[in-house]
Amino acid sequence: MTSTQYRVIGSRPVRHDGADKVTGKAIYTADTKLPGMLAGFVLRSPHAHAKIVSIDTSEAETTPGVHAVVTGKDFPNVENKMADLGEGSVNLAYLSSNCMAQQKVLYRGHAVAAVAATDVHIAEAAAKKIKVEYEVLDSVTWVLDAMKEDAPLLHADLVTDSMGDKAENPSNIPVHLHFEKGDAGKAFEEADVIVEREFKTATVHQGYIEPHAVVADYNEDGRLKIWTATQGSFTARQQTAEVLQIPLGNVLVTPCEIGGGFGGKITVYLEPTAAILSKKSGRPVRITMTRADVFEASGPTPGSFMRVKIGAKNDGTMIAGEAWLAYDAGAYPGGMIGPGCMCVFSCYDIEHAVVDGYDVCLNKPKTSAYRAPGATQVAFATEQLVDELAAKLGMCELEIRQKNAVKEGSRRVDGPVYPPIGLEECLQAVQNSDHWNTPLEGPNRGRGIAAGFWFGCGLKSSAACTVNSDGTINLLEGSTDIGGSRTSIAMQLAEVLGLEADDINPMVGDTDTAGYTDVTGGSRVTFATGMAAYEAGRDLQQQMKTLAADLWDCSADEITVGEDGSFTGGDKTVGFKELATELFQAGEHLVGRATVSPECPTNGFGAQIADIEVDPETGKVTVLRYTTIQDAGKAIHPSYVEGQLQGGTVQGIGWALNEEYFYKADDTMANASFLDYRMPTMLDVPMIDTIIVETGNPDHPYGVRGVGETPIVPPPAALANAIFNATNTRMTELPMSPPKLWKAMQSNQTSE
Amino acid sequence: MSASKKAHVTTTINGESTDFLCEPRHSLLEVLRDNLGLTGSKEGCNNGNCGACTVLLNGRPVDSCLVLGVEVEGAEIETVEGIACSSNLHPVQQCFLEGAALQCGICTPGFLVASKALLDKDPNASEETIRFDLSGNLCRCTGYDKIVRAVQAAGQQMSAEA
Amino acid sequence: MAPQSVSEVVAVLSEHGDRAKLLAGGTDIIVQLREGLREADMVVDIKKIDAVTSFKYCDENGLSLGAAVACYNLYEHPQLSKLYGALADSTHIIGGWQIQSRASVGGNLCNASPAADSIPALIALNATAVIAGPSGERSVAVEDFCTGPGRNVLENGEFLVSLQIPAQGGNCGSAYERFIPRNEMDIAVVGAGSWVKLADDGTIAEAKIGLGAVAATPLVAEAAAASLIGKEPTEENFAAAGELAKQIATPISDMRGTDEYRMHLVGVLVKRTLTTAVERAQSS
Repeated sequence: MTSTQYRVIGSRPVRHDGADKVTGKAIYTADTKLPGMLAGFVLRSPHAHAKIVSIDTSEAETTPGVHAVVTGKDFPNVENKMADLGEGSVNLAYLSSNCMAQQKVLYRGHAVAAVAATDVHIAEAAAKKIKVEYEVLDSVTWVLDAMKEDAPLLHADLVTDSMGDKAENPSNIPVHLHFEKGDAGKAFEEADVIVEREFKTATVHQGYIEPHAVVADYNEDGRLKIWTATQGSFTARQQTAEVLQIPLGNVLVTPCEIGGGFGGKITVYLEPTAAILSKKSGRPVRITMTRADVFEASGPTPGSFMRVKIGAKNDGTMIAGEAWLAYDAGAYPGGMIGPGCMCVFSCYDIEHAVVDGYDVCLNKPKTSAYRAPGATQVAFATEQLVDELAAKLGMCELEIRQKNAVKEGSRRVDGPVYPPIGLEECLQAVQNSDHWNTPLEGPNRGRGIAAGFWFGCGLKSSAACTVNSDGTINLLEGSTDIGGSRTSIAMQLAEVLGLEADDINPMVGDTDTAGYTDVTGGSRVTFATGMAAYEAGRDLQQQMKTLAADLWDCSADEITVGEDGSFTGGDKTVGFKELATELFQAGEHLVGRATVSPECPTNGFGAQIADIEVDPETGKVTVLRYTTIQDAGKAIHPSYVEGQLQGGTVQGIGWALNEEYFYKADDTMANASFLDYRMPTMLDVPMIDTIIVETGNPDHPYGVRGVGETPIVPPPAALANAIFNATNTRMTELPMSPPKLWKAMQSNQTSE
Repeated sequence: MSASKKAHVTTTINGESTDFLCEPRHSLLEVLRDNLGLTGSKEGCNNGNCGACTVLLNGRPVDSCLVLGVEVEGAEIETVEGIACSSNLHPVQQCFLEGAALQCGICTPGFLVASKALLDKDPNASEETIRFDLSGNLCRCTGYDKIVRAVQAAGQQMSAEA
Repeated sequence: MAPQSVSEVVAVLSEHGDRAKLLAGGTDIIVQLREGLREADMVVDIKKIDAVTSFKYCDENGLSLGAAVACYNLYEHPQLSKLYGALADSTHIIGGWQIQSRASVGGNLCNASPAADSIPALIALNATAVIAGPSGERSVAVEDFCTGPGRNVLENGEFLVSLQIPAQGGNCGSAYERFIPRNEMDIAVVGAGSWVKLADDGTIAEAKIGLGAVAATPLVAEAAAASLIGKEPTEENFAAAGELAKQIATPISDMRGTDEYRMHLVGVLVKRTLTTAVERAQSS
């Protein structure tokens, strides 16, 4: 598959929306302005956990300039029903009360009321006149504390579901997962070497630069129009309709350009509130979160506690694995524990393994997906243990990974057997790389490697392509474009039709115009929506064959479509554009369409190499050199693949070294700003070298695998391994920030 | 900040004399976006920590969220909307496009304005200087690699043209 | 409002007291007003007044630095950045480039953050704050200017007009360094500014050390500086000074670091800034 010569695929055209985005013309949600539009402001809980005794909005309502005020009372009662969001599902009652608190607030930042006014300053001042009487309750923000029997309970009716069995008494643990293969207990007895450690990771945020924003316009006829920053317009429509209890077809969601998401812009936060404010005021309403709101009240990704154990034979074969994982769910059930359990041993062919996972509610915002949700935490644990195992066995850390790497036919602990995959090829690429073969010299320096995995999903996508009279194409699809996907999708259509990327005008449609398309998430867009575009192109060719048969007076079966997209019938060969023009002139106009819902995961594997230097006096880590290697199946637009690898890696470096939700004694967040949350700046990272491995995915016409998520998985582990090699200090807690590393180095010196 | 009477401010924006009314509490960013419809400058944090709202104020890059509208009386302001010269993109815009130096694009206007200021000062700026001077602009998508390279490429073009 | 003279500002401040806030670069005050950390009925832009927006240097009197002069003027200035190394160091790392285009050293001082980057540098350089008020002008040493986090010695009707920083003869050198987890855009976990004057024989003739983020206000490490007088500029002596500096530090534990870590950093940074300051003095 990789040997195929493509014309468009593998090239690097300028993206179709590029000029708009470098001139300031691209319209993001906060740039949307409607006639008569009001500004909304959300009043949020100052407490981590409290009962709402009363809310008095009278003074706010009579403030000049204020047009509407909403509280939880304005939200309809929704039943405990699960709604499928494509990548994960949500309980609607929880979703609704996360949008606007009902009886209790469960975290600082939880919305309690909102105001719409002629100006955001007026709305803010009025919101501050709302009197909320709270009865403050005990709170909990550390996952192991929240699991204790005497922990403050967030939900009185919540009982543990343990693989289908319901517990009797309420707790903060909605779900206990258990996966097993083989007999781990016995295998550990047979192991020659066993390594085991406990690990902790802090809550971290996706950190997209665009705060959540929405504009809602509730028409008098009951039609609700929403413009929003979302990763999925169709799931935003569904959630909004369900929370408001209105028919799905009454809601139109227009996805604006979106300023980053990484999994954090799938759940709705502001949409229902803006809609109710609009309905009450009869005016369009725009709400944007402040940066502090984004940290405190959107969906960060789980902090965790993990105990992981691996056993191996003397020859380096890993034979036994055991993991006990507890992940923050946040204020409501439904965290990332599932993928955590599935990913903990996903890179290694371990015959006997047992995994227990707990989803734990606590007084933090409800967690959301963040790039390979749940996988980075477990890789931090497992990939360090693999290094320790190698050290105990006197093996090279690359060699032990190569020896145990999963391949076609390996079975994961949660059941699935891998189809052809590319981890071995990625590890081979490590071995062949200039980076790996260049010795790292100098004091306080170390090199670390780690592998990573993310499923990559298929889900549903649609595409429609209208042929213009000159043979160019308008491509309508429904995947909100966060990083150039319009172009990657258009390139696949261009390839199949024998056109150039420039001949396609891709457009991201709204929920009224585009066919149903699941979220931009799960590393699925270039894979699945690209596949839809490919199929739409094939549909077009089929139609053209039939019409050309009439024109050329032959049967459609006699016409063939060449690799270059040309049509041959008899002695006649014409290109796509030529035939399209001819057909248009003959009175035919063409629309190709396709819907796809590939069920197979695309299985993205990667490996990374990190060189670091530690300042022995301060514990500060400087990343000297970094290489990210990943199996992309086939890179459609190599620059965008590299961009995903580089971006994910740097997010992982931030997660590893400094990012964390720092909680004060009252369980409120101390660092809800970009200043104190400390995402990497340009000065904190080196160039990120990339190596794209292309093993070809048999489930995609061009061999694409999802690439977006895997790159964030290895960095904390790779850096921890590098830190160990530089300092002989094993870091088991994220972030590995200077104070913590300095302290660990001190204790290490004392104990030696 | 409390509301009070609106002030009349006359300024030059992207070479054009412009006047507007604003309350003393309104930031230059609010004025640009809400009063003047120049929504190219973005709000990422509203407290000077992300650089998405970067504009040039009398030739120097500033976070427009940390400038009051009333302060710019008589000043010259340049925003992302003013970087391209009629229908031609500036080299830094062209290099961002060709080098795939943007993904979601929300930080891009701020990066472009700051990069242009940097390259006007020194088109041959080293990687270290670029990374230092642009560290007030956060990007969460790209990992910065392609941004640094695009700025370097634009600088080379600019010095070749000069 | 934007008054044109020092006396106009004094009059406005005397009339409105605490309800009027001065605006120089705005990088602190605009955020604080927006976030409700400070309140005001009026914001007084002082950037139309020559005395607060200009700076001049002469060999006798040293540097007179208007309170609203933006950071970049110092580190971009070929002569001043050499003479006042500690000040150049600190102004070059206050926020990013965008912040440095606006933020002033005077504002950094008045904001009185214990972690302010320019204050330990000003202390080391022996700077004096020139204050205008209803009863005329007065001067206060920078180390006495801050009285607590966010609080300073300014009385009703008073404001900071300029900073006077003594002339730097030959054999002088200074440096400021802070520790931050990132490499830019961060608040000092600890900051240290050191100034030295070398004797002809290369030993240390005079020294002054300022510390930030280790107490409610920036501190002068007097004993640490005194310990260096007459000594050779060796790493050992610098480390000993660092140990003495720790004795006056009373750091807290917060999201930026633990008290133990901050205490440790005092020693590291005092040693490092002394090293740089001496190198600069030797090459001046």
